[in-house]
Amino acid sequence: MAITLASVDALAASITDGDKLAIPKTAAGVSMAVTRELVRRGVRDIHLVGVPTSGLQADVLIGAGCVAVIETSAVTLGEFGTGPRFAAAVRVGTVQVLDATCPAIYAALQAGAKGIPFIPLRGLIGTDVLANRDDWKVIGNPFAQDDPIVLLAAIRPDVALFHAAKADRHGNVYIGRERELMMMAQAARRTVVTVEEIVDEDLMADDSSAAATIASLYVDQIAVAPRGAWPLAFLDRYALDATALGEYAKLARTDDGFQTFLDAWLGVEHGQAA
Amino acid sequence: MNASAPVATPTQFSTAELLISVVARLLQGCRHVAVGESSPIPGAGAFLASHRSNGTMRVSALGSRTHNIMVNGSVELFDLAAQGRIDAFFLGGGQIDGQGNINLVGPGHYPATDVRWPGSFGSSYLYFLVPRVILFREEHTRRVMVPKVDFVSAPGVSAPNVHRVGGPYALLTGLGLFMFDKARQRFRLESVHPGHTLEEIQDQTGFEFDVAPTFGQTAVPDVQSLALIRSEIRREIAEIYPKFAAGLGN
Repeated sequence: MAITLASVDALAASITDGDKLAIPKTAAGVSMAVTRELVRRGVRDIHLVGVPTSGLQADVLIGAGCVAVIETSAVTLGEFGTGPRFAAAVRVGTVQVLDATCPAIYAALQAGAKGIPFIPLRGLIGTDVLANRDDWKVIGNPFAQDDPIVLLAAIRPDVALFHAAKADRHGNVYIGRERELMMMAQAARRTVVTVEEIVDEDLMADDSSAAATIASLYVDQIAVAPRGAWPLAFLDRYALDATALGEYAKLARTDDGFQTFLDAWLGVEHGQAA
Repeated sequence: MNASAPVATPTQFSTAELLISVVARLLQGCRHVAVGESSPIPGAGAFLASHRSNGTMRVSALGSRTHNIMVNGSVELFDLAAQGRIDAFFLGGGQIDGQGNINLVGPGHYPATDVRWPGSFGSSYLYFLVPRVILFREEHTRRVMVPKVDFVSAPGVSAPNVHRVGGPYALLTGLGLFMFDKARQRFRLESVHPGHTLEEIQDQTGFEFDVAPTFGQTAVPDVQSLALIRSEIRREIAEIYPKFAAGLGN
């Protein structure tokens, strides 16, 4: 079955107000290309799930007013520190933060992928992370005496969005070692992916590539976006544009600075109607 | 300090090299050490310990391709910890208190903290499951070493019925080395780094701690360790932290 490629904008258009949107950690392949179109379209009230953390992508979406809730274990720009728009929004309360811990995000997604309502996880007891989560509960292990354990509600994102190296003409997407992307796709109701390139080979035909591939069954839309993770690094293909990220970190400290960044990023001259 | 062992004098090494050698000492006997992101000194210390282990210690460093067995994203890191396959890990803290509680979220009243730090990452889980968690934080001031953290990302101790095989083992700062006393639920100062004093540590620490009967100066790196740090360790750590590696030995 051959796929029809979509445009980057079509992927963004498929993500609508109020969606629960799962996005991967910075190193796993972030679709900044679609993020830009989401901001341009002015999507609202997104419930972001950072799997298990996020960085520039979450920060930009929060700064642009697209996000109502963020569920994540961290929002970090690496050596440039906490996402500044995330920090500002949490401080004034314009975004609700559901602080988590990395394995809890993974486990809850795993429950989502399995179609079960909750999953137990060790750790967490006695933390303020747990104390601030109404959707997590402590129960007694039913198979042992006096063994409290945390239950996490499953996460079923409406959409999973990420950037990958390549897809084939059947719509299979190569993810290499980043197999947590598979879990995201399995847990989510829809998965939309930007790729660096489309290849002619059938990725499912050979064992060595098939084991590192998400079958097209899980993938709803694919768009080609060369350098689609820029300014973030993407695997071995391109390095972090540290100048661009540093500039962002500086500008995003203030509302005006962030607006300057947005105007340039969206290609809109200052003062011009969008 | 053992006066008969060949030691370099304090003018011959950097603070980073001292801390790397202390980290390596703290890891002795481990089979598998995991190192998280943004951890150049712990990473270099783990590589040094591995080099000196005659091939018995494996290091998995996030961000590395050559020192990383994980092919299931970071999901595998947490499962490895739960399986008892990670002996040591490193955590930091914007705030650390005398019971070993750490805060990676922010000072002040949550959620509108005075400053917002990135978040708790895997700490709320790994602290419970990795036997030897080394708290590493170079800044040693009352701003960091507080009487009580404002937000518990991960607790130093737990009630007896809570499943817990891991927890704080040591606290290494830019001023000195503490070991965590599980029975007393507090830190014990083992040594002060060359160029610093016990009084300085007392002034800069917001929590109460014990002082070991054997308290003295932190053992300085021996010449073999320094040579390794400046050659092989420097090359290995450069894969993840090129800028840090370039500064080693300068």
